[in-house]
Amino acid sequence: MQFLRQTLTVTAKDLRSELRTKEAVNASLSFALVILILFSFAFDPTSETTREIAGGLLWLVFAFAGVLILNRSFARELANDCLETLVSSPVPGSALFVGKSLANYALLIAIEVVCLPVFGVFYNVTWWSRPWELAMVLALTTWGLTVVGTLFSALTVNLRLREVMLPMLVYPALIPCLMAAMQLTTTLVAGEPIAGDQWAWVRLLAGFDIIFTSLAVLLIDAVLIG
Amino acid sequence: MSALAIAGVWKFYGDFPALRDISFTVEPGACVALLGRNGAGKTTLLKILAGLSRPAKGRVTLFGQDASERSARASIGVLGHGIGIYDELSAIEILRLFVNLYGLHHPERKAMEWLERTGLERVKDGLVREFSRGMRQRLAVARAFLHSPRVLLLDEPFTALDDRAIAVLQTVLREALAEGRTVLMSTHQLREALELAMHVALINRGKLAFTGERTREMADDPGWIYRNYGEA
Repeated sequence: MQFLRQTLTVTAKDLRSELRTKEAVNASLSFALVILILFSFAFDPTSETTREIAGGLLWLVFAFAGVLILNRSFARELANDCLETLVSSPVPGSALFVGKSLANYALLIAIEVVCLPVFGVFYNVTWWSRPWELAMVLALTTWGLTVVGTLFSALTVNLRLREVMLPMLVYPALIPCLMAAMQLTTTLVAGEPIAGDQWAWVRLLAGFDIIFTSLAVLLIDAVLIG
Repeated sequence: MSALAIAGVWKFYGDFPALRDISFTVEPGACVALLGRNGAGKTTLLKILAGLSRPAKGRVTLFGQDASERSARASIGVLGHGIGIYDELSAIEILRLFVNLYGLHHPERKAMEWLERTGLERVKDGLVREFSRGMRQRLAVARAFLHSPRVLLLDEPFTALDDRAIAVLQTVLREALAEGRTVLMSTHQLREALELAMHVALINRGKLAFTGERTREMADDPGWIYRNYGEA
């Protein structure tokens, strides 16, 4: 109960801070929209090839834009030594990590929801034809992106080049997660259901989330305390 | 049982020994001034006591519990170099946040009580980024004392405080000592510190150079301890 309260307190604090400053959300959302629109100029929206790669493009955009949110997650604690204050409190590292991950997750999902209609218009795809399956893929992939990004955000928070280091660490770790998401999203935006062997990609996403969430919760204290 | 027990603590930054075999104890209810020149290792020792850093060798306990344990951290209040408060939140939101993180009862009442004690009740809904430096420092004091910690770890608490913040800090420290709480404060402001501290520990280049009761000579001439036990 105490863990849950501490986790939700951290989540509420992060969301309130971000919604007041809008630093990360504005940067991430505008970046995602600009890249989506620029990519659409590079490809003919009526061609079949564009629809075949649309899922991949979408997840590249979400991954790039997401890192802008994740970079701020622990960096916002540096001002006034707030991170030291949190770590010296009785809040377990795992509650701090899960709380921050939930806040990042909510922000990333919000950005994805705003971007999807733009994606539909500029790439001429009916992304809403399989809403529940697409929601499942978004939920699982975004959690994977969030967990890996939040852990590495904690790891790189004290580095001067953290804005460079975070993507360099996060993207290689996300390869299995992004591969699965791209395959599944391409299928879903083509109006086809997830069927047969494609469930293996869903299982991969779920397994990725479970493994990285467990690892992050186990490692976070070692990451936070020098 | 000692409030703080530091036994054979070493800490390295790379190959550089920031702390070298530090050992001393602090009894419950004592107020200890941790003295030393810049870079002597005071902040490093306080970070280890606060569970923010691990010693390379040795052990640190608070009332018998390892300093890194969560229950030990619940019993400390830390006021470090940074004030540990969020610029984009209001004063009341910050105190509510820490009341909830520490699992205290009656968050609203507790937060209001400390806003009143630090003279910030009229600006409770104001964002910290709009506060003056002195107001921010008083809020930081409220944040550190909010959960009635048994041990207070203060890193140069009087540095850069305005008169009002010094008065607030001295008042709450006197009250804390009267209630039997333990205080360990590193400081360069010897006069303010030695008004409160009955014990002194001096660190010189990472080694404990002196530990003992504050004497009349120290109170009369704060530079005395450096001339006799520290570097010239």
